Amino acid sequence: MQENKVTCILCPRGCTIEKKEQGGTFEFAGFGCKRGLEWAKVEFTNPKRILTTTVHVKSGEIEFVPVRTNLPIPKEKIFEAISILKGIEVLAPVEIGSVIVKNILDTGADVIATRKVGKKDSSDD
Amino acid sequence: MEKYKVVVIGGGPAGLAAALESFKNLDDKKVLIIERDKFLGGILNQCIHPGFGLHYFKEELTGPEYAHRFIEQVMENQIEYLTETHVIEITPQKEIVAVNKKGLKRIKADSIVLAMGCRERTRGAIITLGTRPAGIFTAGQAQRFINIEGYRIGKKAVIVGSGDIGLIMARRLTLEGIEVKAVVEIMPYSTGLRRNIVQCLNDFGIPLLLSHKVTKIHGKYRVEGVTIAKVDSQLKEIPSTERFIECDTVLFSVGLIPENELSKKAGIVLDMRTGGPVVDNTFSTSQKGIFACGNVLHVHDLVDNVTLEAQTAGRYAAMYSQHPELFENNIHINIVAKEGIRYVVPQKLNKNFVQPFVLRFRVDNFYKDAIVTISNAGKILMKIKKSILTPGEMESIEISQKILSQLDFSNDIVVSLQNI
Repeated sequence: MQENKVTCILCPRGCTIEKKEQGGTFEFAGFGCKRGLEWAKVEFTNPKRILTTTVHVKSGEIEFVPVRTNLPIPKEKIFEAISILKGIEVLAPVEIGSVIVKNILDTGADVIATRKVGKKDSSDD
Repeated sequence: MEKYKVVVIGGGPAGLAAALESFKNLDDKKVLIIERDKFLGGILNQCIHPGFGLHYFKEELTGPEYAHRFIEQVMENQIEYLTETHVIEITPQKEIVAVNKKGLKRIKADSIVLAMGCRERTRGAIITLGTRPAGIFTAGQAQRFINIEGYRIGKKAVIVGSGDIGLIMARRLTLEGIEVKAVVEIMPYSTGLRRNIVQCLNDFGIPLLLSHKVTKIHGKYRVEGVTIAKVDSQLKEIPSTERFIECDTVLFSVGLIPENELSKKAGIVLDMRTGGPVVDNTFSTSQKGIFACGNVLHVHDLVDNVTLEAQTAGRYAAMYSQHPELFENNIHINIVAKEGIRYVVPQKLNKNFVQPFVLRFRVDNFYKDAIVTISNAGKILMKIKKSILTPGEMESIEISQKILSQLDFSNDIVVSLQNI
């Protein structure tokens, strides 16, 4: 989505920051503080988000392990990353922080487990 | 009957932090955590999204990661815990009746920390007309089904309520390939955190319909759609604004209520506004030796605050179990919420423990450029300017030694809000 307005998320004030083009240079309006301005610049040029989802676990005490990217990845790559993670199955045990996918979609971010999953105990059923 | 110094009921973030802090402060380290679910960590286990720990750990964690840091310490210290164990009764004498696969258990505690968390309000709580087909969930229930059990709960969804859980589930459903048709909010504003509106709705182009309500749910076996309508300033439907939205799933995210069934049985006095026990600055309830913290006390928006509050409760619970005589002649003065302030926690100050503490409160509406004052005996002791105050964000004020030293203990402490 190419928009000329973003809502700042750094504090409850929630300023609407507008980007205006004037003779090839950009100007920003509506920001309430310096931090907000810096945030908006990044948000306009290359918005990034941490992606979190779950991945299937084989022979684990639970069937899905929650995962996240260890760095924010470009917003437009989120759905592509999700579809990769949907097709993956890992084998228990999984340690918290262990890498599930390295450098996903060449974003430089690894997908890591955010929960420890032990092996399934046969007495569980 | 087994005996413990401190028994913590609930193994979520509040329970874990309270148990750890009790443990640290006890000589005889007999602490027990009782958890209903199979794992420690509570609802954090299903909150797989980031945004936890920014204040407490100064880094951004997911729910399971935040919980893990405390679970790890519980393990390292070999604090005793029971999972898949349900407490069915606590008595004012601090006897606990619990049940699990092995049967019934009776436990005697010197002090108890209540940390049972909260419950979701359901469709019934907001009286939504229509049929009762499959496909209607509370947002947290859907979160558990998707994030832990791994079910696909539907294809097209409407979310009722724009609190944080509703917003986060809008994103989660979208990532799972479920189309979120709209988030319907009856108030003219969202009570969710700003960052969630941006990152969960705006990012995916999900419409947020403010001043709208779901007037009816349709469908015989499975949800087939909902009727929505605009509401006026009295929250009444405006005729001829009805619109049908086709969907097979409806999520309700319409508020949380502290889970106080056990507290009621123990005869604990509850606060009508928070829905949780009335506590003093030691987090002691009206029953001596029974303490409360976390969402069972009042619903928090950030887990970081739960942790801090639970640590205080855990510390005083340990103190009570070792020196109950310190709590023998409790005398309290009330802390009262007035104009613009919906509630304060704690609601009382214990004269035996006049030590700096954090006062947490929520306002009753949106305010711009307002002053929060703390007064006592007609004298203003503290003034804090706030550029923005919203009902969705819990506020905290540190009550310092300096303020405490100026108190007239024969009068209430009054917290109120003034416009500039």
